Amino acid sequence: MLDYVTSYLRSNTTPGQAGNLLWAFIYIILIFLGLSVAVIAMNWLERKILAHMQVRLGPMRVGPHGLLQPIADAIKLLIKEDIMPAEADKSVFWIAPVLIVITAFTTFIVVPFGPTHAVTDMNIGVLFMLGVSSLSVLGVVMAGWASNSHYPLIGALRSSAQMVSYEIAMGLAVVAAVLMTSLHGIGLYGVAHGAVGDGTLSMIDIVKAQQDQHAWFIFKFFPLGLIAFFIFAVAMIAETNRAPFDLPEAESELTAGFHTEYSGFRWSLFFLAEYSAMIAVSAIAVTLWLGGWLRPFPTWLTGETWDLVFSLFPAATFLLLALIAIVGTLRMPKHPYFRVQTLGLAGFAAVLALIGILLLLPPVRDRIQDIYWFSLKVAGFMYLYIWYRGTFPRYRFDQLMRVG
Amino acid sequence: MVPITTLHYLIVAAGLFVLGVVGVLTRRNVVIVLMSIELILNAVNLNLVAFSRMWGLHGQVFAIFVITDAAAEAAVGLGILIAFFRNKETVNVDEVDLLKW
Amino acid sequence: MTPVATPFFFYLLSGLALLGGVLVITRKNAVHSALALILTLLALAGLYLMLYAPFVAGVQIILYAGGIMVLFLFVIMLVSIEKSQREEQFNKQWIGGVVGAVGLGALFVRVFVRSKALHDLAGMPLAQLPEQSNTQEIAVYLYGNYMLAFEIASLLLLVAIIGAVVMAKKRI
Repeated sequence: MLDYVTSYLRSNTTPGQAGNLLWAFIYIILIFLGLSVAVIAMNWLERKILAHMQVRLGPMRVGPHGLLQPIADAIKLLIKEDIMPAEADKSVFWIAPVLIVITAFTTFIVVPFGPTHAVTDMNIGVLFMLGVSSLSVLGVVMAGWASNSHYPLIGALRSSAQMVSYEIAMGLAVVAAVLMTSLHGIGLYGVAHGAVGDGTLSMIDIVKAQQDQHAWFIFKFFPLGLIAFFIFAVAMIAETNRAPFDLPEAESELTAGFHTEYSGFRWSLFFLAEYSAMIAVSAIAVTLWLGGWLRPFPTWLTGETWDLVFSLFPAATFLLLALIAIVGTLRMPKHPYFRVQTLGLAGFAAVLALIGILLLLPPVRDRIQDIYWFSLKVAGFMYLYIWYRGTFPRYRFDQLMRVG
Repeated sequence: MVPITTLHYLIVAAGLFVLGVVGVLTRRNVVIVLMSIELILNAVNLNLVAFSRMWGLHGQVFAIFVITDAAAEAAVGLGILIAFFRNKETVNVDEVDLLKW
Repeated sequence: MTPVATPFFFYLLSGLALLGGVLVITRKNAVHSALALILTLLALAGLYLMLYAPFVAGVQIILYAGGIMVLFLFVIMLVSIEKSQREEQFNKQWIGGVVGAVGLGALFVRVFVRSKALHDLAGMPLAQLPEQSNTQEIAVYLYGNYMLAFEIASLLLLVAIIGAVVMAKKRI
């Protein structure tokens, strides 16, 4: 039994390839936990970053600097009354958010956090992710239909038309990246002499191809890699119904689009699925164009010292965050009303510092590298999402469809 | 437990085929008839892919063509349905009897 | 790749597929039928994965479940059929239909069970690494032997698009 557990640790394939059920389950549970933490963090980050972009402060009251705001939101959503419209189709109304959440979470089976850190490595990985995210259109249509009211119906039709038309753009951009995996070139202008049958759709092999060709695909055949990446980046924002393509769910236009009639826990499922889908398509973009788990400059800055420097980045990030939290603690008003918040923020800073110090230890440092770089790039994409929401005005629907 | 052979897959495909045929012959709603036709096509696909494991990849290529065909046929069939619904406001197959004297 | 718990997944997926099929032909509400058909399509995609055909499974999920079924749902919503839910659902000749279909099914099963070639083969994969480069091999066939069929299929899709647009327009 112990052998079963430890023999996987020494292998160099994903649990799916090795047929190891226990580690596959462990990875799935880790993905669930990680996604939940990421969605909660995204909620807080979105409100704070949008607020700071609009020169205001955002949530400050609930915890120190609003850190407990997402938890308060979650509690509120859980204790809200569950309303179902009278004429609604009960089974379809129930199943629509469940379907959307299932499709949003199933895409994470093939997302590679490292060369062996994926639940499984299907050799049609990219095709699988695109296909399962196209199933979310079904959930949207069902949600709009089951609500039996015209605002959700129009919102659902618009949203699904938008998602379907931008799927084509995403697919073509993905094809461009997949074609680049079959090269064996060197440097920025790869020489095309790959053999027949060298390209691959598997996510892990795409990152390995980038490692092989010593170039992230975004820089390949400059500027063509950049154009493909740009097309995918725009299409993925339209696919997930986020600003500036969020007409179907804009509050001033259509109440709330297809999830108008949902309240409480069901609405939180839609919310969870939307942010998970954002993370999933960002993961596709990072894997295909930005080199997945590879650290920056993997072949220009080689050698022991550079490896050491880059391996200190995870610890440095957490220690920097801890430093910011400590500065925030020191700047809190010195009034007895703020005592609890100051203590809370100091505790948060201590936790961050502890994690940072933990990441300095050599055994942890070596293993956490790949996951860290992947998460950092995906976090960059999340910041871009929030930035676009704060900056761009909304597209009108016919303009949106014309762009698609 | 008896190992799963090709025969098992073929029996599942035959079952789906029979269900599809029953749907086509029995229901009055045109949309459900079209969906039963899709069931029949899927049963055929399962048959093709099951045999392709024994006899080479030709079955899978044929299955891809069948899926493409099904898409085209569903689009045209639903277009006809919409055109007819606009004329007669019904989706029942029984009432498509414009040529009756 | 070593298969894991094959009989369990086979019975589960085929049970789901057949359940979905039964639900498709018996539901009064067309939206429920469409959802049952989606269940069948996804179960069949799982069966294709078990048959070492990952590319066909991926195509099934993207095209069939994610494309054609969305089309069906749109049309069902367009053709508002609350009235038809209260009408009689089954034909006048449903007995003949069921008897004929069950007879056909019995014929199929008898032919399959009596053929020796199907019994001799256990669930063994093909000799040439069926899953390693499935996509590449299908591509070799698709763009090699079946190039003409490929071109004709694309022409067929073009004709279908034009046809569907013409049929559904209000004024030509």
